[in-house]
Amino acid sequence: MQIPTIVGAGLIVIGAGLGIGKIGGSAMDAIARQPEASGKIQTAMLIAAALIEGIGFAALFAS
Amino acid sequence: MVISKKPLHFIVATLVAFLPLVTVANPTNDSTTVEHTSVTTEAKTEHHEGESKDLKTEIKEFINHHLQDSYDFHLFSYEDDAKVEHHIGFPLPVILWDNGLQLFSSSKFHHGESAAESNGNYYRLFHGKIYKVANADEQVAVDAKHHVTNEKPFDFSITKNVFMMLVVSIIMFLLFTSLAKSYAKNGGIAKGAGRFFEPIILYIRDDIAIPNIGKNYKKYMSYLLTIFFFVWFLNIFGLTPLGVNVTGNIAITAGLALITYLITTFTANKNYWGHIFWMPGVPAPMKLVLAPIELLGTIIKPFSLMIRLYANIVAGHVVLMSIIGLMFIFKNWLGSSLSFVLAFALSLLEILVAALQAYIFTMLSALYFGAANEEHYNDDAHH
Repeated sequence: MQIPTIVGAGLIVIGAGLGIGKIGGSAMDAIARQPEASGKIQTAMLIAAALIEGIGFAALFAS
Repeated sequence: MVISKKPLHFIVATLVAFLPLVTVANPTNDSTTVEHTSVTTEAKTEHHEGESKDLKTEIKEFINHHLQDSYDFHLFSYEDDAKVEHHIGFPLPVILWDNGLQLFSSSKFHHGESAAESNGNYYRLFHGKIYKVANADEQVAVDAKHHVTNEKPFDFSITKNVFMMLVVSIIMFLLFTSLAKSYAKNGGIAKGAGRFFEPIILYIRDDIAIPNIGKNYKKYMSYLLTIFFFVWFLNIFGLTPLGVNVTGNIAITAGLALITYLITTFTANKNYWGHIFWMPGVPAPMKLVLAPIELLGTIIKPFSLMIRLYANIVAGHVVLMSIIGLMFIFKNWLGSSLSFVLAFALSLLEILVAALQAYIFTMLSALYFGAANEEHYNDDAHH
């Protein structure tokens, strides 16, 4: 009975991890292109990462 | 210039020189603790597998106990040579509403071992909650589904979390009022701790409030500053050996998120509600579909604020304490020093997370306030 929820939570965490990794990687690219905009990019990156992280944690606590 | 820098160099050099002593001192300390634990557990059970399992459940119980709120401020406990347990800490007041006000000290529970008596009523601690029992000898009854059948009185106690929140509130009040006064005294120039806090306050105003909220930002500054420093200080207190876990309690993060939700809802202008109930610029059938989704979104936003802060802090505490707990499972110099290094690195990361979560909470609150305050620039904006 427990297995499907755990697998689902695992899948969501994989997705969230991929998403945050993509955000971090893209932010690195963006900062490398425009170092002078690094402050704004970091802020946007943190917000996006936090939003995805919330879903990941919600999945962890739902399982 | 070179001479003036010498004391600092000297201090740093001495600190670095003493570092090896510190690292040597720690493993010996740890190994004595480990030996002590192994002696007591071996005394309990001779079976080898049973011993390690006992230790694991003990660590698990310790972590669970840390995550819970409690009625006394418990710092640590130890067993002396005569195998008598000593608890170091201080009791906090218990305030119950049960046919009148019941006020007594939590030391009456004797750490859950006995029932507390107040005005002829008896109360007993069970899994960190207070239940009413008929007399001093009765235990809390549970039914087949592990639900407690005893009556639960209304509980307004000053628990550990409430106590820490009061402490942080007092610290913040004294700190920031004294800072405000020091500005008046020094002709508008920050002094002492103000030199540390002024850039943070300016950052919240210039980089969080103004870009996200716009010209109405002044109305929200007091709340944004309060929430930032409140969450930050509580997160930092959670990393001290005091063992408090205030922001890792879902009721408290729910309270903070609820305040954000109420402020967003009650300061919202007509454009905000217009975008929720009758989204401009989309076809009429789509407006009907979007309205419930948007309405649900207003609740999901503070809900995610609540979950994010709570889960981040709980996850940090659990991982940190589990790594420290590994020390007692490995029981050798390699495992102990490995877990010491890991715990140290993770503590540094947790300091970052403490500030980051406070920042994210403030930032997202400001974003929601900004959404509630958006002006309608022109009617063609949505076409």
